[in-house]
Formats: sequence, structure tokens, C-alpha cells
Amino acid sequence: MSEAGVIHDIGYQRYEGPRLGRRYSMWSIYVHSVRSAFGIGRTAKAKLLPVAMFTLACLASLIIVVVSSQFPEPILSYVGLVSTFSYGITAFAAITAPELASRDLRNSLLPLYFSRPPHRTDYALAKFGALISSVFIMYAGPLLIMFIGMAFSSGSIGDVFGELGDLMPGLASGLIHSVVVAAIALPLASLTGRRVFATGLIIAVFLLSAPISGALQSFSRGDAAYLAGLLNPVNLLNGVDEWLFGTVNEITLIGRFGPIYGVAALLLAVLGTALLMWRYKKVKS
Amino acid sequence: MSPHVNLIETESLEKRYGGTVTALADLTVTIEPGIVGLVGANGAGKSTLIKLSLGLLEPTGGKIRVLGLDPLTDGNAIRARVGYMPEHDCLPPDVSAAEFVTHMGRVSGLPAAAARERASETLRHVGLYEERYRQIGGYSTGMKQRVKLAQALVHDPELLLLDEPTNGLDPEGRRAMLALVHRIGSEFGISVVVCSHLLGEIERICTSLVAIENGRLLRSASLSSMTQHSDILMIEVDDGEDALSERLSGDGLAVRRKDRVLMVTLNGDNTFDMIRDAVADLDLSLHRLEQHRHQVADLFREEASHV
Repeated sequence: MSEAGVIHDIGYQRYEGPRLGRRYSMWSIYVHSVRSAFGIGRTAKAKLLPVAMFTLACLASLIIVVVSSQFPEPILSYVGLVSTFSYGITAFAAITAPELASRDLRNSLLPLYFSRPPHRTDYALAKFGALISSVFIMYAGPLLIMFIGMAFSSGSIGDVFGELGDLMPGLASGLIHSVVVAAIALPLASLTGRRVFATGLIIAVFLLSAPISGALQSFSRGDAAYLAGLLNPVNLLNGVDEWLFGTVNEITLIGRFGPIYGVAALLLAVLGTALLMWRYKKVKS
Repeated sequence: MSPHVNLIETESLEKRYGGTVTALADLTVTIEPGIVGLVGANGAGKSTLIKLSLGLLEPTGGKIRVLGLDPLTDGNAIRARVGYMPEHDCLPPDVSAAEFVTHMGRVSGLPAAAARERASETLRHVGLYEERYRQIGGYSTGMKQRVKLAQALVHDPELLLLDEPTNGLDPEGRRAMLALVHRIGSEFGISVVVCSHLLGEIERICTSLVAIENGRLLRSASLSSMTQHSDILMIEVDDGEDALSERLSGDGLAVRRKDRVLMVTLNGDNTFDMIRDAVADLDLSLHRLEQHRHQVADLFREEASHV
């Protein structure tokens, strides 16, 4: 081929600059993953779904703000918004987690990563962090829109600080939801290189358990009804909201079992992370 | 790069998969800097040796050192200084080569700006220009192989490990890829270990060869020591090989016969003249007179047939 001469002319330059360590490698995987979760640096087709979902969530939030401004009291608190949006956002996780984990498996990219400085666990943690962040962005966008809307419609600067105080539990709740949702979705996605299967698996876990949990909650009496929320991740998370922030929506009945919901969420997050690590230690490269 | 550190040293290296499949058995070899061909049939253990070098696998016995370091304890240091091109497809179809190689550069530890710069430079070196902004999914096999090579080269490694870089390429693509590997080894000053099951192909670009068979070392030598006295001319004529053989032997040339082909040791330029005169005097029709290129391959084959 004719480029041989051209290549010769350019000449090869050795790289004398800094080489950053493992942490930076992890950070690079993390940034790349968050970007690709929203389709940045990829085709327009890859951007379509995540951007549409984000826009939809923000629009929904905007409508809630507008409606709320017609009433003396807001129709939904910040934590309530997180609880309400959770089902929609698990769908986002079901699409994004395979994007982050299954795609690399499918394209046999792991040998390229593992032949570089990051360890297998570094890779897994970077991907986990990226999924948490991506899911959190889906909560944070609508929360911020709600905050800005509320702040503008409020009368005094004191009210703005009041709103800010209310926003914080909302963000905290969004973070808890993000961690637990990611801890369930990512290990499932890492099982298969087929994105469709991974998405189906995640949706199955999140959605199929919902009617069981809901039915038990409605038809049981006493303690059984209060514990039924544990059977579905989203109900479980809403129970945690209930326990920590005392939301008034009562989506999940928890009774006096709030701490059990807290421990269950924590266990899920730890177990999910452990399974993810174990999976990537074993995965063939 | 310190030229006196051996690229890869192994001592009784052994790797078994699941206790039954033995990929490497008692492999002791020292690979010195240069362009090293690692040859052997499919399943001889070439890929396993590469993966052990990177610390992607753990040996079940023996020792291995890469650039003087132990992959198990200093894996990070090795992986930062080595570039690896796997045998199989390993590229995401829905990103551009520029974006992908930049990302891989960053994972290797290059700061963002440097990674971007080196990615486009490296892609240019492997022969990808404007097409580097297109999605990899639309590339030909040859272009994909170049991207795979570029991602191994982007962080300016001291050692490149190439696993069957000519896999799936047409003859022209193979030639271009081998020329590229040769240039990396000779002009870029990067040591290269290149795996292939086609000895005839890589012997032309290598400074030394290591042959393994069934996980054992068959032979390892620098190419110069193997080919020192191996300049051989192959002569093919229409009948009359016997007469020609006699005549050339009478002229003081070393002649060997292999089927219908006469192999004559090249002894300076006048060997050609002697052959020309002999053919003319005997009134034979000369079909072929060429310098024998596959001497190394023959050496290996002879060796293999004794094992």
C-alpha cells in the first residue's frame, strides 16, 4: 500500500510524558462508561433512548412543579418524587447496565482492559460507580428542576433555603436508590454478553416481583403486610425512604419494621457488589 | 528501554487447565530483545505463553519473568510497559477508532490530551487516516487488525505481544501487516514478540525464532545463526538433473537433490555464472533458478521430524 512512504516520513515519536497509575485508569473507565451510558461519543441511535428518558423524567418533574404551584402545598415532596420515579428509572437501569457490562463481554474487550494496569476488581468497581452515577443523574435532573421551580415560585430568600433543606433528603434518597438499583442490575448484566437477555433479566427481577409484593401487602394483615415490601426492590427502597425521611405518600407500608428495610437495602448493596467482584474475578479473558 | 533485559524468561513453566489439559509443559526459554517469532501449530501453547506473560493467567508450575519482572507480583508494572494485541476480535463496533484508541490510551495511564494526540498519531502509523472518525463496525478485517495493533501501541510500550496479527487477512493484507510489524521492531525501537502458526510468513521479519510444540520448546535461536550458511539456490530443469548435478559437483559446488530440485550452496556471485554455463553446455532448459527463502522453515521441520 502507498501509505508506507508517508508513514516513514512522519517518524515514530517515543512517549516521554507522565504515565498515571491504576486509580487514573479506573477513573478513565468510569468516565468513559458514564459517557457511553448516555450515548456520548457514540452514534445518534445510542443517544436516543437515554436522552429521551432523561427528558421525559425532567418534563414530568416540570409538570409536577406547575401543578403544585396552583395548590397551597406541593403535591409531591422531593423524596416522594424519587419514590414515584423509581419504577421508570429501573427501566433505565435495565437498559444501561447491559450497555456498560454486556457490551464489553460481547465484544471481548476484557482482555484489552485486563492486559492494562487496572485489575479485574478495579474494572468492576469503575463500572459499578458509573452505573450508580448514571442512575443518580436520572434522579438528580428532575429533582433539580423541581427545586428551581419551587425556588422561583417561592416568595422570599428564606423560602429558597427552606427548599434547599428539603432537597437534601431527596438527593440522599436518590443516591440510596441508585446504589441499590445498580447493585442489582449490574451483576445480572455481567452474566451475559447478550444485551437483550440482560435487559430482560433485570426487568424480570424488578417488575415480576412487584405484583407479588403488592398483592401480599394488600391482602395480608398485620406484620406480613408490613414485610411484603421487602420482596420487591422498588418497594423495599420506598420503605427505606419511609423509614429514613418519613414520606407521607405511604407507597410501602412498613409499620415498625423500618430498620429491617434499611438493613435489607444495605445487604442487597453489599451482596450485589460482592457478586459483581466475584463474577469479574472468574470471567474468562 | 534497556536493551540487555530479556523480554521473556521462563523456567520449567507449566500451565494446565482444569488438571487435564496441558497447554505448557516444562517450557524453558529465554527471549531476547528484537523481533521474535513465536511459532507453533494451533494449540501449541503460544497464546497461553502470552497470557502468562501478562499475568492474565497464573502458571501451575515453574517461573516466568517479563522484562525482568514477575507477572504475579509486578503485574501492574509489566502491564503498563507492554502492549497486547489479542488473536480474536476485540473491538466495539459502535465507536470510532479515534475514540476507542484514545480511551485505551487513557486506561493505560496517558493523560487525556496526550492520549488523544498519541491515538491519532498511532492510527496514522498503522495506516488509518480520515477513516479513523468512522464507526469501527464498518471497517474491513484489515482495518480492524490495524486498530487492534494501534490500541496495543498507543501507550508506547517497550514490548509488543502480537497474537496472530495476520489472522483473517488476504495475502496483500498479510504482507502489509508484517511490514508494519517489522517497522515497529526496527524503526520504532519496540521489541516485538509475534505469534504465528505460519513460519514461512514471519521468518522474513524476525531477528529470532522460538518454536514450541505441544507446550514444549522445540527450538530457539537467532535467525542469523540459523541462516548463516544457508544461502541456497534452487534449480529446476527439464530432465537432465543427474547430468547437471554431476557437472556442478565436478565444478566444486555443494549440490543436494530433493526430488526434481537441485539445491546448490551459494558461494559468491560466480556460482550463478557456473550454473549458467553448466546449463548452457548441457543444453538443458532452465525452469527455475531462485534463492531459497525457506531454509529456516526446513531447519525447523527437520528438527521436528526427529522429535
